[in-house]
Amino acid sequence: MSIKNVRLKIDELKTRMAFIKNLQLSIGRVTEETPEEPLGPTPFPSLTTLREWDMKLLKRYKPYYLPFCDVCCLCTFGKCDLTGNKRGACGLNMSAQQSRIVLLACCIGAATHIGHARHLVEHLIEKFGRMHPVDVGGVNVEVEAPVTRLVCGVKPKTLGDLEVVLDYLENQLTHLLSITHTGQEGNNLDFESKVFHAGMIDQVGMEVADLAQISAYGFPKADPEAPLIDLGFGVVDINKPVILCIGHNVPPAIGIVDYLTENGLQGEVEVCGLCCTAHDVTRYNPKAKIVGPISWQLRFVRSGVPDVVVVDEQCIRTDILLEAQKVKAPLIAASEKNCQGLEDRTNDDPDKIVEDLVNERVPGVLILDPEKVGEVAVKVALKLAPKRKKFKVIPEVKDVIEGAKRCRQCYRCTRACPNNLPIPEAMKMAAEGNLDKLNEIYDECIGCIRCEHACPEDLPIHSFIVKAAEKKMKNETFKVRAGRGAIQDIEIREVGGPIVLGEIPGVIAFVGCANYPKGGREIAEMAMEFAKRRYIVVTSGCAAMSAGTYKDEDGKTPYEIFPGYFDAGGLLNVGSCVSNPHIAGAAIKIASIFAKRKLMGNYEEIADYVLNRVGAVGVAWGAMSQKAASIASGFWRLGVPVVVGPHGIKYRRMLLGRADKEEDWYVYDARTGEKVYVGPAPEHLFYAAETKEEAMVMIAKLCMRPNDTTKGRAIKLTHYIDLHKRLYGTMPEDIHLFVRTLADIPITMKDEIVKILEEKGWKERPIPDPTLLPRLIRKRKEEQP
Amino acid sequence: MSMGDPWQTAEIPGPKKALVMTKPEIVTAMIKRARRPILIVGHRAAEIDLGEELLIDYLIRFAKKTGIPVVATAHILGEFLKRGFKPAHMPAVNIGSRLADPEWQGLDGKGQYDLVLLIGMQYYFEWLILSSLKHYAPYLKTISLDNVYQPHASWSFPNLSMGKWKEALNVMMQKLEGGT
Repeated sequence: MSIKNVRLKIDELKTRMAFIKNLQLSIGRVTEETPEEPLGPTPFPSLTTLREWDMKLLKRYKPYYLPFCDVCCLCTFGKCDLTGNKRGACGLNMSAQQSRIVLLACCIGAATHIGHARHLVEHLIEKFGRMHPVDVGGVNVEVEAPVTRLVCGVKPKTLGDLEVVLDYLENQLTHLLSITHTGQEGNNLDFESKVFHAGMIDQVGMEVADLAQISAYGFPKADPEAPLIDLGFGVVDINKPVILCIGHNVPPAIGIVDYLTENGLQGEVEVCGLCCTAHDVTRYNPKAKIVGPISWQLRFVRSGVPDVVVVDEQCIRTDILLEAQKVKAPLIAASEKNCQGLEDRTNDDPDKIVEDLVNERVPGVLILDPEKVGEVAVKVALKLAPKRKKFKVIPEVKDVIEGAKRCRQCYRCTRACPNNLPIPEAMKMAAEGNLDKLNEIYDECIGCIRCEHACPEDLPIHSFIVKAAEKKMKNETFKVRAGRGAIQDIEIREVGGPIVLGEIPGVIAFVGCANYPKGGREIAEMAMEFAKRRYIVVTSGCAAMSAGTYKDEDGKTPYEIFPGYFDAGGLLNVGSCVSNPHIAGAAIKIASIFAKRKLMGNYEEIADYVLNRVGAVGVAWGAMSQKAASIASGFWRLGVPVVVGPHGIKYRRMLLGRADKEEDWYVYDARTGEKVYVGPAPEHLFYAAETKEEAMVMIAKLCMRPNDTTKGRAIKLTHYIDLHKRLYGTMPEDIHLFVRTLADIPITMKDEIVKILEEKGWKERPIPDPTLLPRLIRKRKEEQP
Repeated sequence: MSMGDPWQTAEIPGPKKALVMTKPEIVTAMIKRARRPILIVGHRAAEIDLGEELLIDYLIRFAKKTGIPVVATAHILGEFLKRGFKPAHMPAVNIGSRLADPEWQGLDGKGQYDLVLLIGMQYYFEWLILSSLKHYAPYLKTISLDNVYQPHASWSFPNLSMGKWKEALNVMMQKLEGGT
């Protein structure tokens, strides 16, 4: 693509009209290479600039399509039956259609983050000025925008600089979306390459959003000791007026906090949140509280605790107005993207709006001014709380029992439930006065209420479940460390070596939504297991909240047990969804800061470095959204494998390596140019696990990288084998693929493993300086003496 | 609910749907006709209680009786080993993708399979694995042995109560034992 790069500098100009001195004008690209930071080959890459790299990945990690629908219904030719690889009226076959839908999902995800970033940057420029500096960690973070630098080859210094980056992202996104139109791309691998491109620009968009909000709002700046935040249903003080904020774009929530502060009302009103707005408002004010992940929306609203519900954008229940009305809590919609059919009152007198809401003249309002949202929300909460008296729609126990007696045992609820929960059995017991089974179901319920919509008796099943678990719910009091933002350069310098050499066994990122197969506790269990094993465990988004929902015997939660440093055994929350690029950024910074690889516009080389050397794995155990799809695809192109929970298989395409195909696992030795077999490391790029146990074994395996030293590989193998033995009850059968020399073998397992190697006919092989890029070979074989 | 309704109500597939096995004898007949059958067992087999035994115990008897090679997915391998039975082990997406590869030579290197029996995964997980096989492995027949209708299989039981399902499994075993 072409980016304007015009710079005009006038030292002194005298005309009849004016006298100008020291005028500097820049249009378009705002920074350029410097001797310290030379520009790489691919700044602002177009749709096909990195296609060759993508094809290298796709050759090894082949798409495995699991069609979610046999037909295409995207144009009026259709529906077209694509069963068995038939082609539709436009000529597209099933593989291309599946990858097209993946691209569409990733475009939706990327558009959501980029749109979020654009709104945020525009708002912050209006509030703080275009020249407000980008600062995410002062002197501790000199590489402050690693993803943007890597992709775009620019170094944003001010909020205004971010606009140029957003222009590029919006340009690419428009092209990407256009590719899903009928009669465009026809090849599934080219669709997949564009999926990677969507993911890559998504990472940049998220980074822009978080850089802007950290810089302008003064969120924790790469702070390993960011404050501990109250988390859980039980942390909200129900004796106070309560404002609940849901969504991802934080300015309205900040408007509320600012209004309380400016009017001396701190402590008078509880401000709490769900989903990523909750993370970000607590990064702004640690006294705000996090109720929990996205799936807790209805249980909290129906409990009647919130007196006012404020929604911004993304992952909000689209029936939130109906649910808020049930508990007589007014809804304030605060985003153009989510108007909820409400009247736009942005330009009205705040007191008039308050009066209308308090007197129930309207169920809600649309206010597109974050400061005004703050004033209205606080005033309404203060006036309405004594009147509402926490009016709830959670029934009494006797009503649950009576309702359960009406259950027809038709199983429509279970058949509608994503987790196939045994609701009829629980209802049968409830009808006899025993709510234990309903209480058990609470732990695995994702709060979608498809059961209620399916019920022929219109039973409020979710409310029954919430009532049965009321005591447990009120005792949900945990801690989560406020989103710390970036990883410090010094942290990278200290752990870069141990990670690349394999001595820190891996960096594991638990990210994403809360569509869990067996409740959020599994995230906490996995995070703790790997932190105890001295992996670096990073979290973000709803997964960061779920990782905190555990208490040990002393009542300590994971974030209190493990330190927040980017170091072995650390458990660190980077923040909300848009903080995910700090995780990708850490991998990039290892290549840049530790290994001194060129960063600016040098995507392919850095991705090659990450794939072959940085043992990082993303885990999106409850991945649900299109945003989660695009976040994952940004990691794939960078060479970071992603494991999803069982529901993630519905993304309809995995990227799987074939350990049994030796020819797929050769790399160049950059020292000699020789092709060297390195084993299936990492074996997959996108993988859905049936169970937590399967995921844990796979995560440990996917941390292995061709560059591991023998000591590092021995450590990684120790964890892989140990987890395999514990969870599968036996030694892994593929161990010979990961042992390169006898020195790789964990010392305590030597006899056992050597025996296996002998049985498998194993032969020692060299450990190369691995790369997939011929241009990085320093000395070709034929050039050697 | 009709016999051909997916267990999860909204999981409507498309024009090609599994034939409903009203008689368990169909399974035994298919097994006998198959040249290279394979049984894939998901993690839930160790959780499903058939009364006198867990599903996994039944499947071990079934596998011993038929001699069909078994692939245990997820973490159920340990449960098989505890019972003194050693299946092959492979994650579900790995075995799924290999079965969808016409060039794959099977666990024993003797060639691709022609009949796949699946049981014991989450409904939606198995639904999608079967979908991949329906679309990409025309050389395979697939049978879902679960008590829920799986529309992407070639053959599937309808949605059955535990009692009816247990009965069907017992009939299958009797037919195998009787050799008819």
